[in-house]
Amino acid sequence: MKAKVLLSLILLCGGFAAPPARADAAAPAVPVAPAACELPPYLLATESQLHKVADAVKAGKPLEILVIGSRSTTIPASEDSSYPARMQAILKEKLPPSEAVHVSVEIQSKKTAEEAATTFVKLMEAKRPTLVIWQTGTVDAIRAIDPDEFRGALTEGVAALQNAGADVILMNLQYSPRTETMISAPPYLDNMRVVAQEHDVPLFDRFAIMRQWNDQGQFDLFSPSRGPELAKQVHDCLGRALAQFVIDAAHLGPVQPQN
Amino acid sequence: MTIADQVTGSTIAGPADAKSAGTRPRAAAPAITLPAIGERELRLDLFRGLALWLIFIDHLPTSLLTWFTIRNYGFSDATEIFIFISGYTAAFVYGRAMLESGVVIATARILRRVWQIYVAHVFLFTIFLAEISYVATSFENPLYTEEMGIMDFLKQPDVTIVQALLLRFRPVNMDVLPLYIVLMLALPLILWSMKWKPDVTLGLSVVLYAVTWEYDLYFSAYPNGFWAFNPLAWQLLFVFGAWCALGGARRMSRILASPVTMWISIAYLVAAFYVTMTWYVPQLSHLMPKRLEQWMYPIDKTDLDVLRFTHFLALAALTVRFLPRDWPGLSSPWLRPLILCGQHSLEIFCLGVFLAFAGHFVLAEVSGGPVMHALISLSGILIMWAVAWVISWYKRVADKSGSKTKSAIGSADMAGGG
Repeated sequence: MKAKVLLSLILLCGGFAAPPARADAAAPAVPVAPAACELPPYLLATESQLHKVADAVKAGKPLEILVIGSRSTTIPASEDSSYPARMQAILKEKLPPSEAVHVSVEIQSKKTAEEAATTFVKLMEAKRPTLVIWQTGTVDAIRAIDPDEFRGALTEGVAALQNAGADVILMNLQYSPRTETMISAPPYLDNMRVVAQEHDVPLFDRFAIMRQWNDQGQFDLFSPSRGPELAKQVHDCLGRALAQFVIDAAHLGPVQPQN
Repeated sequence: MTIADQVTGSTIAGPADAKSAGTRPRAAAPAITLPAIGERELRLDLFRGLALWLIFIDHLPTSLLTWFTIRNYGFSDATEIFIFISGYTAAFVYGRAMLESGVVIATARILRRVWQIYVAHVFLFTIFLAEISYVATSFENPLYTEEMGIMDFLKQPDVTIVQALLLRFRPVNMDVLPLYIVLMLALPLILWSMKWKPDVTLGLSVVLYAVTWEYDLYFSAYPNGFWAFNPLAWQLLFVFGAWCALGGARRMSRILASPVTMWISIAYLVAAFYVTMTWYVPQLSHLMPKRLEQWMYPIDKTDLDVLRFTHFLALAALTVRFLPRDWPGLSSPWLRPLILCGQHSLEIFCLGVFLAFAGHFVLAEVSGGPVMHALISLSGILIMWAVAWVISWYKRVADKSGSKTKSAIGSADMAGGG
């Protein structure tokens, strides 16, 4: 319970803390994003950095990104519109044309963080990515895994990814208002935040971002619609936000807001 | 509705002497002159009512009103108040029964109470099943295919329902009643031991708490994990409440009245408030010593962290000091809704959980937005008040035909309620 308030408050207060320069940096960079994707800058602010991504881009090496996710990483039957694909497209637009960007996706359906983490050593040997975006937490929350065990698994997983020589971004759960009474997200959100801080890893706060969109009326996440349109739009915005997040955390933007 | 009616709901003395409102006559009622029993007071009802309202608001999605709940200003929250007062009132009512009618009768009545709470829990679970089944059949947004995994348990209703009946499968926000059931089941033993030596009982409770922490004992849950409120740890508050009811509070009165206690409590509450603020205002966290943070976090709710327990003690100490038993405000009409709700806590608690479900449902189906949210919170509280009033009316008017002894037992049961 505490964690939920804590989180919302951190976000609330982040608004005052976020450097105003960030907003200016985002605006001129790319072709205009849909208005629905708009986010206050603090939701994309992070103090952790992506050194390996920065080095790779500066050295002109190809940027290999691996998204380790679950079912909410994709949209059934429209993979090209899912956020990893959208992120790849936006990154290609925003980074210098010479930069090769390749995003691959590893879906670990119905696996807890612990189960996913056991596969990381092999996975990293096979793919050798510069950056891993590890999206997790939903399955653990659904199965009500012990939050301490969840944190342990996260710690192990992040360490395995870092040891294999990759930068890491953690991505948390979706904001799902319909199932809010059934899935208790706060302990998992909170633990992901803690592990991200401990390992100095950027946390992409998908939960807060989607809640912002829902609360501001940009998207109606309560919608029972069976069509894929809403999912496509949300994933498009998530992909854009994620691309911006990577660029900022690696300090690749045209203006460098950090001091 | 006069103050006398509320007394009827809460004292054992029954309607006859409740007519003479106030605390003095109650103390003189023969039943209460038994040793080792303090007199029941409206402050308990007031704060239990408050805890029920806060629990309801905390169960709704975060909104402006959430800012008024105490968990934002310190370590402990409404659950501590609820469990402590439940321990206090249960010991008060059944402790007296044990002295008057013996261990067997008291145990029998406690078990009947446990049964009532159990049935209430199953009732809430049924509502939860209906809600989740509705969502499962009507909500197929492809954005949330993964989250719909929560419905997987519907594929095995046989296992799930049996596990729910065994209290091992508990959906979100349905953790308090199982905790309460286990604590009430232990109550005969606690009371029997208290009758023998209250301080030793409290000591044993502390030992159990310490052992739970040392060896990481827990109640397992289905399909995995453990109980969100560990009864082996939370029993400390319950037993402490019982100990206070059976004379501990009186013996502590000198400590409670001392200015040293007051200042320690104030200092602790201020410190806790400051720590809480660092969660919300990240800039402040630089001022927190790293060493202290490492020692302090995580502040565990499942196992009733010592910091939470002491925070509750500090709050209670100040409350007792600054809100005397005969505080005239207790009879003010403004506090009557709270007191009424506190007097029928099991019913109002269940109603609160149900209203939280319903509130989520309205927010999802009709519309969200802060206005709707505020409206739901407000009408939820009004409904809780109204239902509490109706229950009181039943006790006062509709059930009056029974013999006097019978109604006395009935009201004692209610008072012991959760």
